Amino acid sequence: MDCREILEGLSEYIDEELADRTCREIESHLKHCYNCRVVVNTLRRTVTLYHEAPQHEVPGDVRMRLHKVIRLREESD
Amino acid sequence: MKHTVPTDNELIEEIKGGRAEALEALVSRYENKVYSLAYRMMGSREDAEDVLQDTFLNVVRSLDGFRSQASFSTWLYRVATNAALTRLRKKNKREKGEGEFIEEVYSVRDAAHSQSKLVDWSDGPAEKLLNEEAQKIMDEAVNELPEIYRVVFVLRDVEGLPASEVAEVLDLSIPAVKSRLHRARLYLRKRLSDYFTGGIS
Repeated sequence: MDCREILEGLSEYIDEELADRTCREIESHLKHCYNCRVVVNTLRRTVTLYHEAPQHEVPGDVRMRLHKVIRLREESD
Repeated sequence: MKHTVPTDNELIEEIKGGRAEALEALVSRYENKVYSLAYRMMGSREDAEDVLQDTFLNVVRSLDGFRSQASFSTWLYRVATNAALTRLRKKNKREKGEGEFIEEVYSVRDAAHSQSKLVDWSDGPAEKLLNEEAQKIMDEAVNELPEIYRVVFVLRDVEGLPASEVAEVLDLSIPAVKSRLHRARLYLRKRLSDYFTGGIS
């Protein structure tokens, strides 16, 4: 496998969704290809950063308006 | 007396029976999830609030059509993503054209082939990688994704839904979900790499 083929499968590789044989091919490429290793590491880190970033929670005033709108809608039915 | 937390479907039955408190409880259970999805999709607090209200008003309007054998949360994600996409289509888009986007995504191929060494920033400390400025860049980068890629990325990697559920929410095949997700991730990786390494990604 060359770098281009490796790059196509990297999301499935980091999500552990690839067949064992394909994983082994990717890993053998990664052993001797520094740049592809960097792409794997930084791709994986990108995904975990988005996952770890604080979620945007509903601000209190937004929540109050939401519940008010729903109550009004219920009452008008 | 036993106090158990009612399931979504039990709350829905109570709502259909006219108990307003059950609706309040269902909305409270999911409002943060919907808001966070809406915020990531829209990129601003005002637009996220509009999507949040649209979503729950649509839920109230169409709850009678909800079949209890389906998963409420999958159905809710569908209503919420539709509300977000409808609002986005009404707005002036900031997102990139798909051609330009694909070109940038695959610049990584040339980078991987290149003689010059890429910079590995992945083991940087979390407090540096998730500082306030970095989070702003992360938000901006998501908003640059064309919406068909953004919605897949947000559901899968931010909300954490499995690919099969993302496919169900968006009426897509699983391979289509995976291919969009991969491109979205490659683009975001590039944007974060440019930021963390000062342009040498």
